[in-house]
Amino acid sequence: MKAVGIIFSNIHDNNVPELARIRTLGSIPFGGRYRLIDFPLSNMVNSGIDTVGIITKSNYQSLMDHVGSGKDWDLARKDGGVIILPPFGNIESSNLYQSRLEALKGITNFLFRADEEYVVMTDCDTVCRINFNEVIEHHIRNHGDISLVYKRLKNGEYSVKHSTTFDIIDGRIINVSYQSENLKNEYQNVFTNVFVMKKSLLQNIVMDSITHNKTHFMSDIISSNLKSMKILAYEHKGFFAGITSLQAYYESNMYMLDAKNRDEIFGDRSVFTKIRDSAPTKYGNSAIIKNSMIADGCIIEGEVENSIIFRNVKVGRGAVVKNSIVMQNTVLGENSFLNCIITDKNVVIKDKKVLSGSKNHPFYIGKGIMV
Amino acid sequence: MIRKKKCIAMLLAGGQGSRLYALTNNIAKPAVSFGGKYRIIDFPLSNCVNSGIDTVGVLTQYQPLILNSYIGNGQPWDLDREFGGVHTLPPYQGKNSSDWYKGTANAIYQNLPFINQYNPDYVLILSGDHVYKMNYAIMLNYHILNDADCTIAAINVPIEEASRFGILNTNENGSIYQFEEKPKNPKSTLASMGIYIFSTKKLEKYLIEDSKDPNSSNDFGKDILPKMLLDGQKMMAYNFKGYWKDVGTIDSLFDANMDLLGDNPKFDVGDLAWKIQSRSPLAPPHYIGVGAKTFNSIIMSGCEVFGVVENSILASNVIIKKGAVVKNSILMGDVIIEQDAKIEYSIIDEGTIVKKGAIIGESKEKGKGITLLGRNIQISENSIIKGGEIVEKDLVKGGI
Repeated sequence: MKAVGIIFSNIHDNNVPELARIRTLGSIPFGGRYRLIDFPLSNMVNSGIDTVGIITKSNYQSLMDHVGSGKDWDLARKDGGVIILPPFGNIESSNLYQSRLEALKGITNFLFRADEEYVVMTDCDTVCRINFNEVIEHHIRNHGDISLVYKRLKNGEYSVKHSTTFDIIDGRIINVSYQSENLKNEYQNVFTNVFVMKKSLLQNIVMDSITHNKTHFMSDIISSNLKSMKILAYEHKGFFAGITSLQAYYESNMYMLDAKNRDEIFGDRSVFTKIRDSAPTKYGNSAIIKNSMIADGCIIEGEVENSIIFRNVKVGRGAVVKNSIVMQNTVLGENSFLNCIITDKNVVIKDKKVLSGSKNHPFYIGKGIMV
Repeated sequence: MIRKKKCIAMLLAGGQGSRLYALTNNIAKPAVSFGGKYRIIDFPLSNCVNSGIDTVGVLTQYQPLILNSYIGNGQPWDLDREFGGVHTLPPYQGKNSSDWYKGTANAIYQNLPFINQYNPDYVLILSGDHVYKMNYAIMLNYHILNDADCTIAAINVPIEEASRFGILNTNENGSIYQFEEKPKNPKSTLASMGIYIFSTKKLEKYLIEDSKDPNSSNDFGKDILPKMLLDGQKMMAYNFKGYWKDVGTIDSLFDANMDLLGDNPKFDVGDLAWKIQSRSPLAPPHYIGVGAKTFNSIIMSGCEVFGVVENSILASNVIIKKGAVVKNSILMGDVIIEQDAKIEYSIIDEGTIVKKGAIIGESKEKGKGITLLGRNIQISENSIIKGGEIVEKDLVKGGI
């Protein structure tokens, strides 16, 4: 079944305001060399979807730089391929969209042009591998109107907090809860923000909501139609991490240090990303490394433990990095000490500086800051 | 107006590289991997692009499959161009004849139509077996300023090594008056680097004459250059200063790789001002596990290291299991070293698996030389491979 893909790059920017202040959620760096949009985009490509619209709202320069022509995802196509969809409107009604449904109202032309029968919509706040073909097959087999993908997660994980959860009976969603803080059940059905439906249905929903001034996809469309439409739940059984907060972002990165998770996400080498050429990483004579993921282009002279190191990072002699996420081009001075720190790009930590957060509250250092 | 290029490059990549033994059984020498990330051809290609030369013909002949797919449309080097770009040029069948490339000059002669498509003023001839960073634009300027017919890049080598090279004897102004191929008593230490710039008209003239000479071996070094000198053409030596290494032998390939290591490496490929581009693998960052040790080494993306890696180079997706020790060695892509295996002073080619407890190679001090394991082979558990041996086939228990 042919499907067109829609990726919302901005929808959950407020989840991690620190990291999304200067970029879209989709362009937040993850796992040493990736950006969050690489995961939904690669899922689309690996499911045979070759027309993908990326909806943006603001601060999308880094996203456009990353996606480029789409060549690195094999999405630079004569017909279809990847297309960035900035906000659409005129001067009189120049308010930027506030919700998913309003964003969709701005891409009616894109939807109209696509000749695929189905549509797959995802956000950029998840790290997982989902084969959308299987979701579509399940959707057709069970005669669904709309299918939503969920993951059963243990209550208490960061990815559960601040997420949307479902009550499910016989594969149908019977209740939707938002922002649930005090959940009773040990396991929760957490929404992965993946929607599957016929493109024609989505077009009708969008036209109808323009007429009736509906704005919220989950409450106005899903919650209020749980009886009148067949809204199916599809369980994703594999690895899943939801970036619902800075803590969840930190925890999700650390999950990649686990061989099983790493193998599931990266094992078949089909998470695509923008290729940037760096020389291979060099280890000096005094390097001590334990349980860490380290990208290309680094020069490591110090000690690194339980950390994710992005490309072109320099770890000076005697420097110690523990339980931290160190993004691109960060320089760690000699004998500096970092524990539970997230440094954004181009951060400089001077010699002998000591910085420490905690695993529950990692300390974030903004882009380009010198400490 | 006819579109034209000022200078195009022709890269001789057809050589077998027989002195690299098992490494070039199935691939051409320029496709041999280098420094964990690169292949030898990345150096001349990146030099071209960085020097502003955007048209490169790559002459292939021996085992071109991997080289061709590696070059592809040239996009990793920004050589996918509307007019120009990189083109692989294998020997082809003509209406009246079909010939393999008989020599370096013959290879260029057969591709004169390719050169003429671009109507260049100058042609740069390169070979695919050296690693170096060089700005060809400076050499071209030198050629133009001297109004030369041919300019040969040359590097000063130690006098005791001079008799291994083709030596250029020059006048004070840099013009060449004599070539000596591997002279016993060298008069100069200026060795030819196998990099030539020709003014196109002269190149064409001498290639056509050479093709008609039945006694010629159709080689630049042996035929074309001596003939031009004899005819009194203006030939200049361009003295290049910098790192340059012929990686045509196992020892020199090993040494050149090791020159990348250390705090102040002899050869720096991380130089952002002169980037060496390559086709990058799609792999996650490498992972270093608990109990692993990594000293003075280069490690590429996709590797997983649980053992000890010292003074070594690991290309992408190499796995070093627990208890394994890799010292003073070069491991090419997708190599797996299983538990407790010991690797010393060895080169292991792509895809080879060394099973548990095997011992490969002996330290350099023992004087037996570099151990070489070929491509996609398996070395069975607890086997011992002595220093200096070359293994090209699966090794089952019992040893050689």
